[in-house]
Amino acid sequence: MSTLHTVNKSPFSTQSLLSCLNHAKDGDTILMIEDGVYGAAKGTGLGDALAARGGAVSLCVLASDMEARGLEASRLIDGVTPVDYAGFVEMVVNNDRTQSWL
Amino acid sequence: MNYQLDGQEVPADEEGYITNLSDWSKDLAEVIAKEEGIEMDDERWEVVNFLRDYYDEYQIAPAVRVLIKAIKKTMGPEKGNNKYMYELFPYGPAKQACKIAGLPKPTGCV
Amino acid sequence: MSETVKKFFYVNRKAPYGTIFAQEALEVVLIGAAFDQDVSLGFLDDGVYQLVKGQDTKDLGVKNFSPTFRALGDYDVTKLFVEKESLDERGLSADDLDEIMYEDEDDDWAEKPSIRIVSRAEMADIMADQDVVLSF
Repeated sequence: MSTLHTVNKSPFSTQSLLSCLNHAKDGDTILMIEDGVYGAAKGTGLGDALAARGGAVSLCVLASDMEARGLEASRLIDGVTPVDYAGFVEMVVNNDRTQSWL
Repeated sequence: MNYQLDGQEVPADEEGYITNLSDWSKDLAEVIAKEEGIEMDDERWEVVNFLRDYYDEYQIAPAVRVLIKAIKKTMGPEKGNNKYMYELFPYGPAKQACKIAGLPKPTGCV
Repeated sequence: MSETVKKFFYVNRKAPYGTIFAQEALEVVLIGAAFDQDVSLGFLDDGVYQLVKGQDTKDLGVKNFSPTFRALGDYDVTKLFVEKESLDERGLSADDLDEIMYEDEDDDWAEKPSIRIVSRAEMADIMADQDVVLSF
């Protein structure tokens, strides 16, 4: 029983990513989409919060939204995996539920 | 579809629900009821007043099953049932009675 | 009735009047209640502000929908989970929230509180136990 969490807001304007990290269970997946992708960049104040859950929760970022914003894969926090739309769909199918953190 | 009361125009939407809840009066209720083909009597007023009180307290017009359950609780099972309520308001107790009560269309009614 | 009842969970994370999320969520809950599912609501982050007592919007010219939470019991929606940490972070306690009661049909219509204060960990468990999660 696992949940796919999506976060679509920049972590610098809302608490959504932090709240999501605080509520995700081990084995869940967090997918950062739209402005949420800024949360996956290295060198921000959020690295520790992500790293703390990084092992137990799988962290992903939607590649198209990264590319659109000029966020290169080399700048992602270690352990964050870019996925394409097909990967997104697969995640929805492979989890028991999806929860959007708006 | 607006209503006419004492030479004044009272605005309503295309389904006949009045636009400004504050326009409501007992006289207007009679006008709306007539438009619905309903003659207001004590039994119908009881339901209309109940709906207005419910709206006052909760800020919503209840769905029909909620209305009937609530009527059953306060006025007893001989009134809180589908048959009695549909006899009073043949086109749906929540919808028709809410319209006459000057409330918005019930939440949860499609 | 062979239909399976599913567990629906409405997540409320927004304050009441700054955006339309809160009011829309409540509307969806009321409409969804017609489908006889196992419905519960969660209030966390700024969502806890929706339940704060003493709301008065008359100067704003918008509807104060906080009284509508008290009608949820009539719609058989009787579980409102409020996260303790979210209250604490905002300097609030359970006493600052509206009293929301329902009548328990299976217990001779005894009045019971709908609001249940839960920890963040419990909230996470509740979320993980749902069939459908709807976020606002």
